[in-house]
This record gives sequence, structure tokens and C-alpha cells, in this order.
Amino acid sequence: MATLSQALPVTAPKRRIAPPRIPWEIILFSLPALAVVFGLFIMPFIYGLDLSTHTLDSKGAIQDGRSLDNYTTFFNDQSQIDTIVMTFQVALPVTLFNVVLSLPLAYAMRRGIRFERFITALLILPITLGTVLVAQAMLIYFGRQGWFNQTLQAIGLIHDPLRLVHNWLGVEIALFIQGFPFVFLMILGYMSGISPDLEKASKMLGAGRWRTFWSVIFPLMLPGVAIAFCLNFVANFTVFPSAMLVGEPNALTRVMSIAAYRAAYEQQNTPYGTAIALIMGGIEFLVVALVLYLRSRMARSASLGAGKGA
Amino acid sequence: MASQTITSGVTPTLTTRSKRQGAWWRFLTRDTFWGSLLFYAVIGFFVINIVALVATVVIDSFAFSWFKTILPTQFVTHWYPDLSQDHDMSQLLLNTFVVALGATGIALLIGFPAAYVLARKEFRLKGLLMAVLMLPMLIPSLVYGIPLATMLIRMGLGGSLIGVILANIVPTTPFVILILTPFIEQVDTALESASRMLGAGRFRTFRRVLLPLVLPGMLTAGILAVVRTIALFELTYLVATTGESQTLVTALYGDATGAGIRAHQLISAMAVVYMLTTMSLVIVALFFVKPTQFVVRLKAK
Repeated sequence: MATLSQALPVTAPKRRIAPPRIPWEIILFSLPALAVVFGLFIMPFIYGLDLSTHTLDSKGAIQDGRSLDNYTTFFNDQSQIDTIVMTFQVALPVTLFNVVLSLPLAYAMRRGIRFERFITALLILPITLGTVLVAQAMLIYFGRQGWFNQTLQAIGLIHDPLRLVHNWLGVEIALFIQGFPFVFLMILGYMSGISPDLEKASKMLGAGRWRTFWSVIFPLMLPGVAIAFCLNFVANFTVFPSAMLVGEPNALTRVMSIAAYRAAYEQQNTPYGTAIALIMGGIEFLVVALVLYLRSRMARSASLGAGKGA
Repeated sequence: MASQTITSGVTPTLTTRSKRQGAWWRFLTRDTFWGSLLFYAVIGFFVINIVALVATVVIDSFAFSWFKTILPTQFVTHWYPDLSQDHDMSQLLLNTFVVALGATGIALLIGFPAAYVLARKEFRLKGLLMAVLMLPMLIPSLVYGIPLATMLIRMGLGGSLIGVILANIVPTTPFVILILTPFIEQVDTALESASRMLGAGRFRTFRRVLLPLVLPGMLTAGILAVVRTIALFELTYLVATTGESQTLVTALYGDATGAGIRAHQLISAMAVVYMLTTMSLVIVALFFVKPTQFVVRLKAK
């Protein structure tokens, strides 16, 4: 279809090279969307940055003077430093698990499987249900007397019910249920974009299944894996409802989003809450930048360039 | 060859895939036996747990009480009427739909021209425009949500439906643009050119040629965005500071955090109401959208 329209002279007058000026219609057409991003996204960021440099006086009113007090308070407070550690402890394991589990599964499914539509529909179910419902359902299902423990006891795998909610593990399970389908479908997308010819060629040249996966498929998958990892990590890093409902919001799952929310809404200290939210965003940015840097280095060493993005 | 398959595969309907043929047990042939076994075991375990997870909530909402048994011993239906003791249910449902439809409608209006530009035009700084427009999707809502909510509250929009809709537009607009762009790319530019040559103006061409052809895309983007907005919790929670601006998902969260003071069946009933609202839309959506439609499969030569 695209090739036909390119061949016809009808579209020929359209310049293929970017014109020197940006035409007015492009500016006009993208203006509303840009206005939304600027007004409701970039503006709040600037506003938040400004707000976070103010402190509250004893009456709770925002003072005029600017300082970095909110930031120094945060980094001098051991309990807040612990929050950062806890957030990593919550976000990192489940993200790695999602990626590591998705890779072989996507590899097995790369040529299509039976009931594909049905299975993917069931997989995206938790995404559409949302975090709050999954957490609420987990409280019953994974509870001491829930079906999960009942089943394990009936099989005889365990004697006493496992404690699967109201702790670190509960948050991990909640994040897994939410994140795994997302990571899996993303990695499947990348995996399916790798030409089967490469695999055939590798086999023909004498490589076994295992070697083919590690020397051919995996290097080509790395850029996709990096992106999936980043997106999932960012989502897991700001976990909020799950950490409150199925975690221990006062102890081991007191993640940064909870600290930010409590400062801003429960203690009415919006400048401090905003500062925590911005620190959270900053740390996330650093992690993503690190992963993308590693990705670019690895991609250079394995630049076969037959991946989906080629 | 490979690049052609990729470009044609990007358009939503032209996905290529290898069709499996032959007897049903073919998927257990020696070549893929272990892969299939592993796949069905893990995915099966996951899916069974998800289904059971949802089922427990539904069963619990009809239970008189439920301890240590596989099923509750006695079923009752009074938890549903009891919901209205705590919440104004019609208000909650109305708010949910107003917010979801409002945010999606505005996002579609704003996102369509932007998606058109991204799909059709080549210009300087196109990559930058794309990056700026996608920014809100890459940054989690809680990071910008707290400053945004503070700003909206300062402007007097906290606790109002307008404020909630404004907050929800932020992640919905890039989402809509992302889905619409391939649908517009798919429409042959020759059709528009033909319409213009036959004397139709810009607007007429848009209304009579482009719009009917991208209507499925608009529908897809719209339904997915509505489903997503209903489930989107954080932004609504931060902005909806009053009872009148609550939606189903924030009310459910409020009930769940105050679990000590109400029966868990009551929370389950609330969860079922919420679930029915989203699921009915998801089922409608599945008629139009295939979840794996963006998965491109290359055929072996």
C-alpha cells in the first residue's frame, strides 16, 4: 500500500527532505497536544521545583525565602534514606523476575501458539482491572484462609498457611501480577521481530538450540529487554496502592511514594512532599539513564542490526 | 524483504503470522515439546491464579461469612443494597463515566491532529515533538501527580470533576496519540489526494474521506483510553479531595484502607461493581482490538 502511493506521481510534489521551515499547519495541529503537555505536565514540574525550595513556618504557611532545606532534611534523615533503599528492595527484584521469566516464555511463543487470543486476553485482564482491585482481591485470595493457602495445604505442600499479604512478599506478588503481562507482551513483540532466518542460519552452521539462543537471539533481544526493564522498573518504583494495601506501609514497604504522599497530604507539608516526589523522579531517571547507557554499549558490541527497530 | 514485512506489519491489521496446521497435538511435537510444556505450565499457573483471584472477590460479595471452607456455607445478596449506606452509588458511577468519557473525549480531540501530523508529515524537530508528547507516558503519575494536584488545588480545582478530568487528560493524550498514529498511517494518502483533486476542500476531505477510514482507530483508542482511565488510580486520588468528586476506584481504595470498620464482603461487593464497569467495556473493546495486534511476526523464507 505504501509502495503504491510512493510510486504514483500524485504524492510526488510532497518533499521527502524536511523543509527548512516548519509549516503552519503542523504547528497548528500539534499545538493543542503541546499545550496539554506544557500546561499540565511541564508547568507543574516547574511549579513543583519552585515549591520544593520553600519551607513551612510553625503555622503551616509557606514562607517566602528559597532554600534547599527540604532536600537537605531528606538526605539527613536516616528514615528517609531507608525509604530509598526499601523502594529499590521492592522494585528491583520483581522487575528482574518479570524480565527473566518473560524471556524464555516469549521465546517459546515466538512462532505463535494455540488459543493465543484467549491467553493474551486473560493476561491483560489484571492490567485492565487496575492496581487497587488486584490488591483488594489478593487480600482474600492469598490470605491465611484463602484459596491459595487452602490448595497448598490440601496438596500437602505446606502445613501452616503461608503469610503472603501484609508484607514485602505481598507487594512483590501484586507488582508481578500487574507487571508480568506487560513485560511479557513487550518482549514477545521484540522476539517476534527477529527474523527466523537468523535462527535457521545459526542451526545450519551447527549451533545447538542453547547456543542459538545465547549467541543469536539474546544479543538481538538486549535493546528490547532494556526498554521493557526500564518501563517496568519505573512503574514498580512508584508503587503506591499495592504498597499500602498488601504491604506493610509503616515498616518494610514504606516506599518513597508513600513518604511523599504522607508528607504532602497527611502532614500538609506540600513543599516537602513535592521535594520527595521530585527526588523519586530523579533517582528513577538515573536508573533509566544507566540502563540505556549500558544498552547502547552492548548494542554496539552486538550490532547485527536485524532487530525490530532496524 | 525483512524491512518490507516490518513496515507492513506496523499497520494494525496487516500482521503476519505463521499459521499452524495439522492435527491438534502438533504443538507437542518433538521440536517444541519442552518449550510448549514450559510455556503452558507457567502461563497456565498465572492465568488460573488470576481467574481464581477474580472469582474469590465475586464469591465473597455473595457470602454470609467465609472462613476456612472452600466455598461460603451460606449465600446472601444484601451486600449490594448495603453499599448505598456508605456511598452514593449513582453519583460514583456517574462521576466515573463523566471523568473517563470527558478525559477520553478531550484527549481524542486534542490527540487526533497531533497524531495526523506525526503520521503524515515530515518536518524538522519531528523526533523532538514525538518525545515531548510521549513524556507523560514515560514518567509515572505519582512523580508529576503531586505537583500537578497541588497546582490544581491552588487554582481552586481540587475536589472538582473538572480538576479530575484535567489531571486525567495528561496521561490519556499521549496514549491516544500512540494508538491513533498507526491507524492514520494505514490510510492511503492517494485517497486524500484524489478527494482534493476532485474539488473537495480540506474540511470536506477530512469529514468524508479520512474520518470514516480512521473511525475504527478512533473507536479503538477511545475504548482503550476509557478502560485505562477508569482503572487509573493515583491522579484521581490526589486531585479528588472531596467526596463529591470520588470515582469508583478511589472509593474502592478508601474502603479497602479502612478495612477494619466494615465487613470485607462489603468491599468485595464494591470491587465487583467496579469490575463489572471495566469488564463490560473490555469485552466491547476485545471485539475491536486484538491484544497481540502490535506483535509482528516474520515468516521464514
